[in-house]
Amino acid sequence: MKLASLLLLGCGALLAAPPIVIQNANVLTITKGSFKGAVVIKDGKIVEAGEKVIIPPGAQVIDAGGQYLMPGIIDCHSHIAADSINEGSVSVSSMVGIEDVLDPTAISIYRALAGGVTTANILHGSANSIGGKCSVIKTRWGKGAQGILFEGAKPGIKFALGENPKRQGNTPNVRIPGAPISLRYPATRMGVEDVIRQAFTEAKQYQKQWKDYEARKASGAAVIPPRRDLKLEPLVEILDGKRLVHAHSYRADEILMLLRVADDFGFKIKTLQHVLEGYKVAKEIAAHGAGASTFSDWWAYKVEAYDAIPYNAAIMVRKGVLVSLNSDDAELMRRLNTEAAKTMKYGGLTEEEALSLITINPAKQLDLDNRIGSIEAGKDADLVLFDKHPLSSFAKVQKVLIDGTVYFDRDTDLSDRNRRQLEKQKLLDKEKQNQPKKQGGPGRRPA
Amino acid sequence: MKTRRLLVALALLAAPLAAEPPSAVAIRNARIITVSGATLDRGSVVLRNGLIESVGASTSIPADAWVVEGEGLTVYPGLIDALSTVGLNTPTPTIQTTGRRGGGPPTGDPAPAGPVSRGPEDRPLNTSYLLAADQITLADRRIESYRNMGFTSAVSFPTRGIFAGQGAVINLSGQRPSAMVIDPSAGLYLTMRPNGFGGGFPNSLMGVIAYIRQIYLDAGQYKEAKAIYAAHPAGNKRPEYDKTLEGVLAATRILLPAQNPKEIHRMLRFATELKQKALLYGLQEGFLATDVLKARNAAVLLNLRWPERARDGDPEAVESMRALEFRDKAPTTAAALAKAGVPFAFYLGGLERASEINAAIRKAMAAGLTEADAIKALTLSAARLFGVDDRLGSIEPGKIANLVVTKGPLFEDRTEMKYVFVDGVKYEPAPAPAAPASEATR
Repeated sequence: MKLASLLLLGCGALLAAPPIVIQNANVLTITKGSFKGAVVIKDGKIVEAGEKVIIPPGAQVIDAGGQYLMPGIIDCHSHIAADSINEGSVSVSSMVGIEDVLDPTAISIYRALAGGVTTANILHGSANSIGGKCSVIKTRWGKGAQGILFEGAKPGIKFALGENPKRQGNTPNVRIPGAPISLRYPATRMGVEDVIRQAFTEAKQYQKQWKDYEARKASGAAVIPPRRDLKLEPLVEILDGKRLVHAHSYRADEILMLLRVADDFGFKIKTLQHVLEGYKVAKEIAAHGAGASTFSDWWAYKVEAYDAIPYNAAIMVRKGVLVSLNSDDAELMRRLNTEAAKTMKYGGLTEEEALSLITINPAKQLDLDNRIGSIEAGKDADLVLFDKHPLSSFAKVQKVLIDGTVYFDRDTDLSDRNRRQLEKQKLLDKEKQNQPKKQGGPGRRPA
Repeated sequence: MKTRRLLVALALLAAPLAAEPPSAVAIRNARIITVSGATLDRGSVVLRNGLIESVGASTSIPADAWVVEGEGLTVYPGLIDALSTVGLNTPTPTIQTTGRRGGGPPTGDPAPAGPVSRGPEDRPLNTSYLLAADQITLADRRIESYRNMGFTSAVSFPTRGIFAGQGAVINLSGQRPSAMVIDPSAGLYLTMRPNGFGGGFPNSLMGVIAYIRQIYLDAGQYKEAKAIYAAHPAGNKRPEYDKTLEGVLAATRILLPAQNPKEIHRMLRFATELKQKALLYGLQEGFLATDVLKARNAAVLLNLRWPERARDGDPEAVESMRALEFRDKAPTTAAALAKAGVPFAFYLGGLERASEINAAIRKAMAAGLTEADAIKALTLSAARLFGVDDRLGSIEPGKIANLVVTKGPLFEDRTEMKYVFVDGVKYEPAPAPAAPASEATR
């Protein structure tokens, strides 16, 4: 019965979607408290949420049976769903972008969806001081590359500090046979700063070059236009405040360095990613207005992570930093709710604060809090239904809706498994049958 | 100019071949598959000076023509390998695993070693100015072996690097390289193969895409700068000559790799963004993307080397449903494209033996492709996609006299290739070398 209504619901979304009401749910709105009630969805948006709602005529009603409904989980740092992640050949790779290589068929999208993630910031890797452009996606499994892009999301870019960008490549010490030795600048943290400063200095020159050209052209002169430079254009967008910077960082000193560089050039760091020593400089981070997207309890997995502590998120929250938790990993991505729960043990955050770290806070860090991150009228109907409270380690995702459409349903997934297995076996058998028979195979050997 | 050169070439070419060069050849009373028009169950074709002079059921045989008795024989237009390296000075293609990203171009050439590239400005892996027409070598033994299988033409491309170079439509006559060229500007072959480790920029797929995008921006700016400079040299900085951009600007079309729906969508969008006329190649999972191909008026080159289970693969390996479906359904792509009305031509993808090629085509036919469409995909469609259908691809008066004369239908292993005509010159394929016992006994 439930399944049938869901199927109807799925088909309906393609046409003029009838309104949907999820009732009898424990609704965790994140921003407006929690209550037992219902959520009304129309045209992919939440139109009402409350203990008592008006059920629109013709609405599909889903009885949540007392289960827990929360906004879709947002992962501010992920590397799924892309055919390549790192353009590691140069230390400024701002000419590349994830959007060009999105892989909407990556199974990791479905797995993240099944873990309640509805939005993810897909970042370039951390091999470069200034890395490639990011893409924010919704985990709309089954859609094409254009269909998973978060329409209207502000563009972003990856920066990286510390150990990763100062790796030089194929050095004589760690030689990969056959490959040419090609030492890449920089080799130190000082060098990373230099690369960033140099790049923005170039970007400012580039900006001026175009302004001069426009001015001369306007005066009627026959001038040759400057070359468009795809490496510098995103940096100009950063200077103009049109592109968000997500900066991979670990140590307190390099965090302060980057904030100073940004101040010098007059732009903002939107988020510090990982930011494992953020607790040491939380006040400075808050003063800059940067967000912090960190891990729950990973530490000491490399030298620059030795001073990481699991209290990092909670301390930064208390110091007024906008904090989120991220996965940076396709597997961890499936259980960000339990990552959030850890901040209650380490640092004593409240339930609501803990859940904010994976919902409204990352939404704000992506400048998307007007669209997602909480259950409020007017926001996208990106919702996750858990059978138990999502901060319990026993909670399992039952259904996930994106834009009011069911993209994951646990019952459907389970009941489909047999059919899929049979289909697969059929193909395997068919291939075996069609295989050319070998002559004198081992079967003919005398026993 | 082009035709005159061709004619002169043909005249020179015909001379040393036969002691008494016939001015005309007539094949009479044969079954004629014209491809462009109706099939003639009994008709004649007359070839003169390397061109088809006439074809028809009641065509009169000129008095000066050498006559080939076509009783019991079938005449087809010469076959075309629509994406090849045959005739070029490239190493024998390495057999590559099918179904790999990028659609499997015919060779797996490693990228040429060069200085480490630090960005698009270094023009890494860019030999856009290289012309296949300038690279033809008679030393390639595949010219003869392909011709013996009925392939009279190929569209051959340099395949190294990202901007590999410009292809040429060539005739597989194997006489003189310059006489083999039909069209030296068949398009620019692009790959999505990044630099290897330590080779510098670009070393990722997104780096390759960003690089190509930058090159087209640079080419546009270069063109504009040259025009402005030509009109106003005084007071303007002289644009620096760039052979890679010259090559890019000279290309009539680009070839982009796309194997599966994801890549098909990606590359169709990319071609639109670059404002380039594009042919996609690979396409073996195209059966899942016929709608978008049709909607975007795409034209494609379909790799005939269907994916197979790796012969030395781990027997315990658990394969994904997707991989299994891909192997099962790849040969249905041809029929799906035909049904959707997406123009397509076949390419051999490195298949080199007649039995393999026949088996691959028969697989496509078993999956619903009609014989007529299969022949078309190897003749007229290939010619049309490269803009030489006014010269090649069908048996029509005035077209280049490339013909295959068989005893039996094409794509059957038993069928004997009686004669192959290239530029009107008759070749008699040597009988196939003794096949392994299992094949010979049929």
